[in-house]
Amino acid sequence: MTVNLRGDLWFAMELRSVRLLALMQVAVSVALSTLVFQTITGNHILTPSIMGMDALYILIQTSLVFALGGLGYAGLNAQSKFGVEVVLMAALAWGLFLPLLRYSHALVLVLLGGIVLGVLFRSLSSLLARLIDPNDFAVVQSVSYADFNTVNGELLLPGLALTLVALIVSWRARHRLDIVLLGMPTAIGLGIDWPVLAVGLMLMVGTLVAVSTAMVGPVTFLGLLVVALSRRIVGSDRHGPLIIGSVLVSIILLVGGQTLVGSYLGNALPLGVVIEFAGGIAFVLMLFYGRRL
Amino acid sequence: MISLETVSVSLSGTPVLHDISLDLPRGGITAVIGPNGAGKSTLVSAIARLTPLRSGRICVDGLDVFRAPTRNLAKILAVMPQDNAVAGRLRVGELVQFGRFPHHQGRPTQTDVALVEAALRTFDLWDIHDRFIDTLSGGQRQRARAAMCYAQGTDYMLLDEPLNNLDIYYARELMRTLRQVADTTGRSIVIVLHDLNHAAVHADRIIALRDGRVVADGPAAEVIRPDVLDAVFGFPIRVETISGKPISLHFL
Ligand SMILES: Nc1ncnc2c1ncn2[C@@H]1O[C@H](COP(=O)(O)OP(=O)(O)O)[C@@H](O)[C@H]1O
Ligand SMILES: [Mg+2]
Repeated sequence: MTVNLRGDLWFAMELRSVRLLALMQVAVSVALSTLVFQTITGNHILTPSIMGMDALYILIQTSLVFALGGLGYAGLNAQSKFGVEVVLMAALAWGLFLPLLRYSHALVLVLLGGIVLGVLFRSLSSLLARLIDPNDFAVVQSVSYADFNTVNGELLLPGLALTLVALIVSWRARHRLDIVLLGMPTAIGLGIDWPVLAVGLMLMVGTLVAVSTAMVGPVTFLGLLVVALSRRIVGSDRHGPLIIGSVLVSIILLVGGQTLVGSYLGNALPLGVVIEFAGGIAFVLMLFYGRRL
Repeated sequence: MISLETVSVSLSGTPVLHDISLDLPRGGITAVIGPNGAGKSTLVSAIARLTPLRSGRICVDGLDVFRAPTRNLAKILAVMPQDNAVAGRLRVGELVQFGRFPHHQGRPTQTDVALVEAALRTFDLWDIHDRFIDTLSGGQRQRARAAMCYAQGTDYMLLDEPLNNLDIYYARELMRTLRQVADTTGRSIVIVLHDLNHAAVHADRIIALRDGRVVADGPAAEVIRPDVLDAVFGFPIRVETISGKPISLHFL
């Protein structure tokens, strides 16, 4: 991360290490949340964003700009805004998943509920977007894409702590996740407490997505890309190697990508856009080629 | 012993099993027969704690299957569900190794490895233990799932239509293997079958379901009879005794 460093070295080092840590936090949390989500839903082309959380994030931003105006929005206290965003998005995930404890067969309904809510949030955002000042709308647009450049250092510590806990929890659940992949009936037959494990992990996924979205913005396809790539590289569906693989791939992709984009493309093309683009293409390929990819 | 006390099950509000009371003592093979939609799978999955009851109680060796810790149950009761696509890129050996999960929680010991090899050999899968599940034929996959259920090493095994997709050779082999398992290890096997003749030849007891009720229950000689089969399946079936077994000629 010292490529093309000029000027006040210490300041730049600090800035870059904060950004580096933030990128790694997002990388790890996106990889883990997508992998675990895919295992529990038994579907390799889903990402947790299907739960409407990034739509909720954009709705929050749009409503804030609508209520406070572009200037007021810019003047918001970053930490409390972050806190509110995390709480709202986590509440959405928890509200969707907690009923699964009682109705463990309703996973498909829960996913459907998430999709419907996502559509609702998106429609509300575009309704609000029509009502706000065009200048303010530019603000909304700029926060609707993942931005890996401006990272708030104060948000880093809670994010890192949470991600670390999630990493440990997922790692310890790796053998049970292998069993979950066999489907709910077989998993229960093998002694997995399915409702407790699935709901617990889904709450973790929801919280992770909430934190990383609040940190850099929506990263819909990043997780899909990362997990698909690491499945390819690892060549097995065992969660031990897959967790390590997808975390590493994710870090390499984000940190490496940011270095490349920052140094050689002069930030002309935001990394978020590049990754969404590549992820989108990967998604289409996966739809076409299924498991063979 | 598996005991059901006035068990009723509803699926999406529709009653599927009505007030079933049954005792299945330790040992032997019990076959469950009945037309499509009779509730055979529902019965098996209720015993395996996969489908909640509307009322009643199911105990296995005195443990209420809906209250006892699921991890303890997995050491005495194994289930092979009817249709369960195996997701993921797994080898046959890995799948069967998962059957040992209740005992090793992800860290197989020497014993587990030996038992898995024995299970693979028992079900004639040793030659293909390195193949990926998604490259197998339906019948091979079915045998791999049965081997996994067997490898779990439980006193009770529930198998829902394990003969699906098996050719006549392997259907016979599987039934003979299960018979041998029941005879030599004293394990109890409950098996849903569509082939009445396999039930007649290999099972110690046959339970016939229709519309969520038990309509016949007893040894083959008492259940595989034209009048009983008419009541179960709704059409007369000729039965001939061959080598002392009642053989149904339902295709005539
Ligand atoms: N999810 C469900 N909702 C409502 N009815 C169901 C559901 N699943 C199965 N059934 C009904 O329950 C009955 C018993 O099904 P099942 O136990 O699978 O029968 P079998 O295994 O004997 O063929 C059938 O009439 C079937 O239509
Ligand atoms: Mg069935």
